[in-house]
Amino acid sequence: MGVESAFGEGYITTTVDALANWARKNAVWPMPMGLSCCGIELMAFAGPRYDVARFGSEVFRFSPRQADLLLVAGTCTYKMSKVVRKIWDQMPDPKWCIAMGACASTGGMFRSYPVTQGIDEFIPVDVYVPGCPPRPDAVINALMQIQEKIGQHSVLMDR
Amino acid sequence: MTFEQAMDAFRTAFSGSILREETHRGELTFYFKKTDVPAVCRYLRDQTGFNFITDCLGTDRFTDEERYEVIYHLRNLTQAWFLRLVTRVDESDLTCPTVSDIWPAANWMEREVFDMYGVTFTGHPDLRRMYMPQDFEYYPLRKEFPLIGIEGSIPLPSGGH
Ligand code: SF4
Repeated sequence: MGVESAFGEGYITTTVDALANWARKNAVWPMPMGLSCCGIELMAFAGPRYDVARFGSEVFRFSPRQADLLLVAGTCTYKMSKVVRKIWDQMPDPKWCIAMGACASTGGMFRSYPVTQGIDEFIPVDVYVPGCPPRPDAVINALMQIQEKIGQHSVLMDR
Repeated sequence: MTFEQAMDAFRTAFSGSILREETHRGELTFYFKKTDVPAVCRYLRDQTGFNFITDCLGTDRFTDEERYEVIYHLRNLTQAWFLRLVTRVDESDLTCPTVSDIWPAANWMEREVFDMYGVTFTGHPDLRRMYMPQDFEYYPLRKEFPLIGIEGSIPLPSGGH
């Protein structure tokens, strides 16, 4: 019994935007960038207890080519910033970015010479998650905000 | 041979080199001349069985004379002995003989001291920076270096868009 039995022989009308956004929203494949302790909480976010699969984001991709959400979880040093930027540049458009935790958002407690004071100094960030580390529910909330943002996207914006 | 006997033999062998010694919480520290680093370390490894270097680090005392210190933490793994060696490096001659040919483990530790304080280890096989980028111009653990770093000294990647 597939979906076709519900529609019979009819058809449905929709806009390209609504269809594309519906698909994108429910299959946000994250590229995990667990740079330090926040990475542990990122695993809990993906694990069975918090189960991000409920939101269609369970497919963690370790190839940036297959990901559309960069999840930077942890302390980003100047040396690592070049790697993060490279991975971001390798991800196909449209793409989104979550700065998870105080470190990724602002440098956190590491107000010192090796640590970038927020990843937004070199890549665009869509959602900042506060906390040290944030609870997995906070990251799920960030994902839901990303989904909301995808809902407002138009395919005409993809170039 | 007990630890005391071994140290007495060391004191006699290097009486001209040892400047000072102190004991703090049962840990013995020798201060000695920089030029004697290879001889002292080789003696301690071969004659006294200090077969393992647990750490080699630097400090910045921020003084006019003999500003930097290079500190060695040695262990004799068969006897469970611990010994600390300290040698001082003046700002006018920021070099120190390497011990990486005596204990290969010192290789990366000396690179770290070089990276953080700018002390060059003569005879080191591969004295590159350890943590900071190769083209970084400063030595971050020197006291005059600001904690937050120097703006623009490490470029951030810029946008590809
Ligand atoms: S925000 Fe806290 S938990 Fe997260 S990476 Fe920084 S120090 Fe670690």
